[in-house]
Amino acid sequence: MSAQTLYEKLWQSHVVHTEPDGTTLLYIDRHLLHEVTSPQAFEGLRLAGRKPWRLSANLAVADHNVPTTDRKNGIADPVSRLQVDTLDQNCDEFGITEFKMSDVRQGIVHVIGPEQGATLPGMTVVCGDSHTSTHGAFGALAHGIGTSEVEHVLATQCLLQKKSRTLLVKVEGGLGKGVTAKDIALAVIGKIGTAGGNGYAIEFAGAAIRGLSMEGRMTLCNMAIEAGARAGMVAVDDTTIDYVKGRPFAPSGAMWEQAVASWRTLHSDEDAQFDSVVELDGGTIKPQVTWGTSPEMVVAIDDCVPDPAREPDPVKRGGMERALAYMGLQANTPINQIAVDKVFIGSCTNSRIEDLRAAAVVATGRHVAENVKLALVVPGSGLVKKQAEAEGLDQIFIAAGFEWRDPGCSMCLAMNADRLEAGERCASTSNRNFEGRQGPGGRTHLVSPEMAAAAAIAGHFVDVREF
Amino acid sequence: MDKFTILDGLVAPLDRANVDTDAIIPKQFLKSIKRSGFGPNLFDEWRYLDHGEPGMDNSGRPLNPDFVLNQPRYQGAEILVVRENFGCGSSREHAPWALLDYGFRVVIAPSFADIFFNNCFKNGILPIVLDAGSVDQLFSEVAAQPGYRLCVDLEAQTVTTPGGHVFGFDVDSFRKYCLLHGLDDIGLTLQHADKITAYEERRKQEAPWLFN
Ligand code: SF4
Repeated sequence: MSAQTLYEKLWQSHVVHTEPDGTTLLYIDRHLLHEVTSPQAFEGLRLAGRKPWRLSANLAVADHNVPTTDRKNGIADPVSRLQVDTLDQNCDEFGITEFKMSDVRQGIVHVIGPEQGATLPGMTVVCGDSHTSTHGAFGALAHGIGTSEVEHVLATQCLLQKKSRTLLVKVEGGLGKGVTAKDIALAVIGKIGTAGGNGYAIEFAGAAIRGLSMEGRMTLCNMAIEAGARAGMVAVDDTTIDYVKGRPFAPSGAMWEQAVASWRTLHSDEDAQFDSVVELDGGTIKPQVTWGTSPEMVVAIDDCVPDPAREPDPVKRGGMERALAYMGLQANTPINQIAVDKVFIGSCTNSRIEDLRAAAVVATGRHVAENVKLALVVPGSGLVKKQAEAEGLDQIFIAAGFEWRDPGCSMCLAMNADRLEAGERCASTSNRNFEGRQGPGGRTHLVSPEMAAAAAIAGHFVDVREF
Repeated sequence: MDKFTILDGLVAPLDRANVDTDAIIPKQFLKSIKRSGFGPNLFDEWRYLDHGEPGMDNSGRPLNPDFVLNQPRYQGAEILVVRENFGCGSSREHAPWALLDYGFRVVIAPSFADIFFNNCFKNGILPIVLDAGSVDQLFSEVAAQPGYRLCVDLEAQTVTTPGGHVFGFDVDSFRKYCLLHGLDDIGLTLQHADKITAYEERRKQEAPWLFN
C-alpha cells in the first residue's frame, strides 16, 4: 500500500459507502451534543418517528448558556433556561448520557470529551460546534457540523462527506520561555491567514508540536478552524497514550493493550504526500497578541499596531482601517502600551488545568491592576475546577483579585451573563476576536493564559518573558 | 418526511413579489427550540393586527381581515400561489418549517430564492416554477372561482386546473426521487442501513474499544 497521511488513515478506516462522485458515508464513533445546536435535531427525530442509531456513541452536556455564578439558583434568562431544559428533556427521553448542570463532570463540551476519555485516538468525532477540531489533538478526525447534520448523525451514526485536501504545518525547533501552543496557533494563522486552511485538514507536526502536552495540542487543534480548516490533528505518541490511560471512557485491561497497538499506527507514513506544506521555526515565535477583529490580525508582544498606510492592497487596507476604528486603536501604538479593562481566562481553547497552572504562576504573589474592572478565571469543567482547588490555584487567583467561577463557555461568546460592555477592551484566552463576540461593542485581544494573567496584573499588555 | 405523489388541494393566492423569509416567519420566532409549531405565526405581521411574540396565545389575537389567508374561502389551503423571488433572505429552515406546519405542501411561483428552494425539498414541500403568464392565469382563475383547486402530479410533473388545462413543470430528478419516496437526507442514508450495520460488525472485531 502506498504511503498515507494520518488524515487518509482516519478517513479510510471510517468509510461505509462511497458514491461514484466521491461523496462518502463516513461512520462517526463519537457524537458530542450541547444545548444550542441540538433541539431541532431531536425534534426532527421525533417528528419522523426515528430513534438514535447507537445511543452509546452520544454524550451531551450544557455549556454555552450555563451561568458561572450562583448556579444553584438556576438560569435567570428564560431563553437560555429553555435551551438547557430542552437538552435535559431530550437526553432523558432518548436515553442519551448527559452531564447535567449540577454534575461535577459538567463543562465545556470540548474539555469534557477528552477529560472523560470519550475522545480516543483513531475516532471520528463530531459535534454541532465549530471548535470540535480540538479533539484532533488525539490523532482523531474531528470537526464541527450543523443542526441538520446533528440529526443525521443521531439517526444514522454517519455523515455524508467529501474528502478534504491535506495541509502539513510543520513547526520545528524548541519554543522559547513564555511561548505556548496558543502562540503557535496565532503565529500559524498570522502566517497563512484565516482562509489559509480552507478545504484542508491540517496535520500539525515537527519537534515543537511533539514537545507539547495534550493540553497544548488541544489548544492548537482548537484554533485550526480559525485558520479555515474544519479539522486539525496531531499524530499519536506516548504523550497521547499517557493522557488517555485510566480515563473513565477509555478501554482497560487486555482491550487497552489492543487499542494501544492500533493507536501506534496513527501517524503519517514517512513518504506520505501532503497537498500543501507550511513550515515555521518554533524558536522564532514570540508571545502573540491580536490587534484587530480577526485572528489573523496578530503581532508579537514587542511589536506595534500595524499601520494601514503601509498596506499596498486597498481591500486589506480598508479592512485594517475598519478593525482599528472598531478596536479604538491608533496605528503604530506599541502593543505593550495598550491598557485592558477586563481579562478572561477560559474557553475551550485555554481552560484546562495546565492553562490555569500557567496563569497562576504569573499571578502568584501579585495583584490585578486598579484599572482592570474584572479579571475572570473560568475553568473548563467541574473536574478541572476541583483539581485546581486541590492544588490551591483558586486561592492564588482570589488573593490576586481574580474571580473564580463555575465552568462553562462564559465570556467566550457572552451567551450567559458574562460579557463586555461597548468599548471595553479585554485580554482573552478564547479563540475569536470578531466584532461583538464578547458583547456588543466589546474589543477582544486574543492571548495565551500567561499573557492574559500578566495583562491583568500590569493593567496593560506586557511581555510575559520579562515579567 | 412524508411522501409526495399526487396532491389535489385548495389554492390560496398571495399576490406579492419578493416575499422574504422574515415576512414568512418573523425573526422573534427563530429563538424557538422547535421546528414545528410555526404555523400560527406564518406571515405573522400581515396576518394579525397586533405585534406577535413567541409564547402568545395566537387564537386570541386580532386577525387582519384584509390578509388573504384570513378569508374563509382559503381555509385549509395546501397550495400557495405567489409572485417572483419567493423566499429571499436568510438561509434558516424556519421558513419552510412554517409553511409546512401551516399546511402548505406546494408553492407555485415564477421564481424562488435559491436556498429557500432547496430547503423546501429537504422538508417535503414541492416548489414549482411556472412562467409568469401561467402564474397570472392561476391568479385570475383563483380569484374568479371560490373553492378553486389544482391537481399536482409529481410523477407526471403536471399541474392541472379544474378546467382541464395542464401545465408541465421541471424538477431535478434526484429531488423528485426523494420526494416521491419521502426520503430526506436521513432517509437516503438509511437505505444503506445494512452497510452501516455490516461496517459496525466489522469494526467491533477490529476495534472493540470503540463500542464500549
Ligand atoms: S468556549 Fe467558546 S468557542 Fe468553545 S465551545 Fe464554548 S462558545 Fe464555542
